[in-house]
Amino acid sequence: MERNKTKEQTSKEKATPKKQESQTGQRQAEAPMEHTAQSMEVNGLNAYYGGFKAITDIGMKIAPNKVTALIGPSGCGKSTFIRTLNRMHEVARGGRVEGEVLLDGEDIYGKNVDPVQVRRKIGMVFQKPNPFPTMTIYDNVVAGLKLQKRHKKGELDDIVEGSLRQSALWDEVKNKLNDSGMSLSGGQQQRLCIARTLAVEPEVILLDEPASALDPMSTMKIEDAMLELKKRYTIVIVTHNMQQASRASDYTGFFFIEDMGEPGQLWEFAETEKIFTRPERKETEDYVTGRFG
Amino acid sequence: MLSALASRLNLLKQLRQGNFGDAVFKILAYFFGLFLLFITLFIMYQLLFQGVPAIREFGIGFLWSTEFDPVQQQFGALQFIQGTLVTAFISMLLAAPIGIGIAAFLVEIAPERVNRIVGFLVEMLAAIPSVVYGLWGIFVLAPFLRTYVEPWLIPVVGWIPGFEGPFRGYSVFTASLVLTIMILPTVAAISRNVLQAVPRDQREAMLALGSTRWEMFSKAVMPYAKGGVIGALALALGRAAGETMAVTIIIGNARRVFTSVFDQGATIASVIAGNFTDASGGVYISSLFLLGFVLFILTLSINVVARLLIRATSTGPTNPTGGF
Repeated sequence: MERNKTKEQTSKEKATPKKQESQTGQRQAEAPMEHTAQSMEVNGLNAYYGGFKAITDIGMKIAPNKVTALIGPSGCGKSTFIRTLNRMHEVARGGRVEGEVLLDGEDIYGKNVDPVQVRRKIGMVFQKPNPFPTMTIYDNVVAGLKLQKRHKKGELDDIVEGSLRQSALWDEVKNKLNDSGMSLSGGQQQRLCIARTLAVEPEVILLDEPASALDPMSTMKIEDAMLELKKRYTIVIVTHNMQQASRASDYTGFFFIEDMGEPGQLWEFAETEKIFTRPERKETEDYVTGRFG
Repeated sequence: MLSALASRLNLLKQLRQGNFGDAVFKILAYFFGLFLLFITLFIMYQLLFQGVPAIREFGIGFLWSTEFDPVQQQFGALQFIQGTLVTAFISMLLAAPIGIGIAAFLVEIAPERVNRIVGFLVEMLAAIPSVVYGLWGIFVLAPFLRTYVEPWLIPVVGWIPGFEGPFRGYSVFTASLVLTIMILPTVAAISRNVLQAVPRDQREAMLALGSTRWEMFSKAVMPYAKGGVIGALALALGRAAGETMAVTIIIGNARRVFTSVFDQGATIASVIAGNFTDASGGVYISSLFLLGFVLFILTLSINVVARLLIRATSTGPTNPTGGF
């Protein structure tokens, strides 16, 4: 908890790289855009919807400042799993979790842990772009910040620009920040959602098939943004796109479901290169080579 | 003229192309659409037409005259407009927060089963005939207020202008409370539907940014649902302003301007209901029609203002028709 506290105090400085040199001893040595994000570790995780067990006995180490891709056929629990990583799973009706998920060594399902605090540190981007339709582009980006404490207008302006730059959207929207978020195209909306997530300065970013509804150009832009983002954040991404996983990720987890109605399992987890070139299990090979799924 | 209309609708072209179904559908759709418009305008015309003798007699001064004397054949509307607006306003003031609160509780907090069952009950409440509410108001609520509420309410609010004077069981205040209970289901049921229609991804988006459930509700759900909720309130306000039976039973039907809500009063609807049997002579009946016209315009303007409010305050997906 000690460390988290420091983090919150410093989040303001982190948000605006220019001012980073001031005050915080902890961050002083780092280059503006480099930042050691936190790692995650999952042990013996089961997740349920009511009586239905969706995933079983997942164990995984998520390395800091790397992109971890989760692949596998539909309905095998990838999305359920990624939602357990920031306690969004329990928002669904009957959503329930067993096992532990450690963020920097601390169980986010611990007794005294507030899910609200967890989600501030572990951001999430959803499958379907979901900007807030009643807000402007600007307000969408700062929506999360406004939940926390008061920021000065100039400070917010800096954060908005920084976040939109990181999500590769700035140039397209800088002249219409006061337009509705809904005026953007689907791909732009999704990058707006990424910017919104970045603005609150999380440690980990979860992306649940962020490009599944987007055209190839938008997908490319998001992938490019991801490569940039991992310098600062730990990234977990669910994807159906094999090329995307092999191009953009460092580690890959293959989820598999043996029979209909069985819970999904983490079938194989290794460096991306290994999963795609010499996987250990036959199902993994069949999947990555496109023989099913 | 008919052929001009037909060509405008491309009917002949469609028929030539053998597109018979489309042509029929178009005719029917136009017919029913215009039919509704016709009925509305016809009612408005009738009210105004029947009101002409009264207009001749009293002119625009009818609106701010407080005379209502069948013997002298002198009629005015001000005290009834006051009664209508005050009862509608008080009941809105009470029903809006409670109704939205009920809806928020059911949708955001209550377990699914409670939401379903209570939601159904709330919709049932809306279907209870208003005379039943009136009966209950006069035999249960009024005595209850007199016995238990008055002793401590009067010392607290008695000094505020508008709350002075003796407390009567049959009063504007009691009528407003009964109205509140009557429109509460309307507010709660429609707000509940509107809140339920807010997409899950909107809630999740706010939660994932590290919001509490309250922040999620106030910053993501309510803005999204705002148009529909205002629509619910407009509908309820219209109902409160036009409610007749329950109010007639309970408001006391005093045909004068009241200075305290604990006094007796009358609304436009209640004065019409209370006088149509006695009405004889052209100007008397005509005045009742004219009162009806005033009420019509009053509720119409309430709705128009509500819609303008929605349009002015929404930048998003909010349905400008108010969600119903």
